[in-house]
Amino acid sequence: MSRKLYAGAALAALLIHPFNASAASDAELQAIREQISQLKDNYERRIAQLEQRLQQAEANSKSATNSAAQNQVAAQQASRPAAGGEGVFNPAISLILGGTYGNLQQASAPATGFAMNPNPGHEQGFNLGESEIGISASIDPQFRGAATLALDPAGGISVENAFVQATTLGNGFNLKFGRFFSGLGYVNEQHAHAWDFVDQPLVYAALWENQLGEDGVQLKWLAPSDTFIELGAEIGKGRGFPGTDRAKNGSGAGVLFAHAGGDIGVEHSWRAGASLHRARRVAAGSEDVPDLSGNEVTNQFSGDSRTAGLDFVWKYAPDGNTARTNFKLQGEYFRRKESGDLTYDTATTNTTDSYAVTQSGWYLQGVYQFMPMWRAGLRYDSLDPGVAQVGAANAANVISNYGYTPTRTALMLDYSPSEFSRLRVQLAQDKSRQGLTDNQVFLQYIMSLGAHGAHQF
Amino acid sequence: MQKYLYAFLLLLISNNVHAALNIFACEPEWAALARELAADKADIYSATTALQDPHHIQARPSLIAKARRANLVVCTGAELEAGWLPVILRESGNTDIAPGKPGNFEAAHAVTMLEIPARLDRAEGDVHAAGNPHIQTDARNFLPIARALSARLSELDPANAAFYRSRLQTFTQQWQAAIARWEKQAAPLKGQPIAVQHRGFPYLNNWLELRQVAELEPKPGMEPSAAHLSRVLEQLQRQPAKMVIRAAYQSERPSAWLSEHARIPAVALPFSVGGTDGAKDLFGLFDDTIQRLLVALK
Repeated sequence: MSRKLYAGAALAALLIHPFNASAASDAELQAIREQISQLKDNYERRIAQLEQRLQQAEANSKSATNSAAQNQVAAQQASRPAAGGEGVFNPAISLILGGTYGNLQQASAPATGFAMNPNPGHEQGFNLGESEIGISASIDPQFRGAATLALDPAGGISVENAFVQATTLGNGFNLKFGRFFSGLGYVNEQHAHAWDFVDQPLVYAALWENQLGEDGVQLKWLAPSDTFIELGAEIGKGRGFPGTDRAKNGSGAGVLFAHAGGDIGVEHSWRAGASLHRARRVAAGSEDVPDLSGNEVTNQFSGDSRTAGLDFVWKYAPDGNTARTNFKLQGEYFRRKESGDLTYDTATTNTTDSYAVTQSGWYLQGVYQFMPMWRAGLRYDSLDPGVAQVGAANAANVISNYGYTPTRTALMLDYSPSEFSRLRVQLAQDKSRQGLTDNQVFLQYIMSLGAHGAHQF
Repeated sequence: MQKYLYAFLLLLISNNVHAALNIFACEPEWAALARELAADKADIYSATTALQDPHHIQARPSLIAKARRANLVVCTGAELEAGWLPVILRESGNTDIAPGKPGNFEAAHAVTMLEIPARLDRAEGDVHAAGNPHIQTDARNFLPIARALSARLSELDPANAAFYRSRLQTFTQQWQAAIARWEKQAAPLKGQPIAVQHRGFPYLNNWLELRQVAELEPKPGMEPSAAHLSRVLEQLQRQPAKMVIRAAYQSERPSAWLSEHARIPAVALPFSVGGTDGAKDLFGLFDDTIQRLLVALK
């Protein structure tokens, strides 16, 4: 308070001061004028000196330009960043922007016979896809880290990938730990922006909830041979379906996979693989499961889930020049056996008895780049819900045989003005639900900006 | 059963252990240079052919398998291979060839880069921060690259250092003589205006003093559209070019169209070893390049 008062007084004094000066004598004014003219002379002299110096400096710098140009070459070579796209930005940051428009005749629901599986279905109308932020860089000479954060259109962020890779093991070993997409199958490791269709194959939607992600450790070994032979093993928490995200000591799921690949001449290349997955399912609930009396109930399953898969991809490009035209044929097959105890209708009857079922599915797709920037693709999906062995207590409750084979045919056309942008239209006839054929139209855009990592085969 | 498995694994491992060095070259010109400098002391594999676009190569399993056993990776660098090499190096599980290690050689480090962009923006197309990476179109660039590569061979395989030195000496002498010959042959090309399909020849232009007056790609790496080609044609009517040149791996359609409408010859240059029948080795690469340019000038 008092400080403010002093400041106010000082300000007032300053304001009043000029009026006092007007009352000063002519002699005083003369003195002031002299002082000002002295100051002026002084400054003019200094400015002249500065101008002179500036001219000298300019002349010097002109003569130095030539030698500077020569030095620049040396400097350029000395300061050049290390190899690879990631060296340019540190850390490498990328952003994927994606969105779809879906025109669907049916609301989204699981395929017939797969009501106990998750349903990563489609939404009608305009949808902002998940925007993805990717960050990756070397951590130190031993480790490399990468994270992909998915921005949910409704708000919120989920961690899609967040893993560390050991880079100095050598001898063909690659160790990864954290959260990552499992190396099983062929498309499982691919991020959504690299998919050839708007959606994942039905078998991936039904058996892996689109993509198997795991919190755990992955070890891969590449054989020192001319033919590509890679063996891998993963153990993890069982975070992704069919695991039940177990929070206990030990592991909740494990994967083994093997891949082989190579070239035939310069025009053909291939990769084939086999994978095994095992998860312990604990109290896995599923809602809206139809029962034999035509009601929809909530069931719960605990038991063992074992899946085996086969995958292959074959690529062809004239002269091996994929930039102009190329063709890709790929297919995968998965077969899952689940056995354990099923609790029927947890809300009311709550009857538990044994339950075992073997379900499978496959897809085959071809994508043809018929001219630079333009690709067309065709995919056929099929699922087999299997025939369940239901314990006597639930024999009158649980549907054991649906007697229906869900299928889907999809046709897509995409246009990529550059490797960073893609526009796509997809038509699909979805017969995954008995008696509810859905003719679907999708429009999609996928854009990536920032550092763009190299893609897998 | 186990016995067979071990036998199979042994077969895989013992598959190939002849030469001292296992070299993985990203482009055929570096495979050819390595062959000149290392002769039979190295097993050399070229990841790409001259008919493939080196910007867009898939990280094929075969390439990962080859990189797994390589002692030395010889690439252009300057981000030319940014779309595929990082995956191959990472997936190979081979620490010897990681960036920054002696087993990772980038030719672009040995030469003066041209066209270093003042503006790094993807709106400018496929531009490389380190400069234009197509350094192999100036024969003079091979001298410093050969020196650096030979030194690297000696570092990795000291037992054969004397051999590599003598190969370098022979190569340098032959190459200098060849450069003198090429420059003499190419004298009529000096100052001639040309159009190019892709911005792939600044080093060649710089060396032979060709004057580039038009580019068919609207932005580097983007396919020329019909509208853009018409604009280029219009531009060439005001400022004529003697020929339109492209690399062997590129589609012939845009330059064929321009050739027909502007009535100038379209020239497909080998761009790398193997791009044309005449470009069988490094010497053939430039013999053939200059021959094709001279034929088009007539």
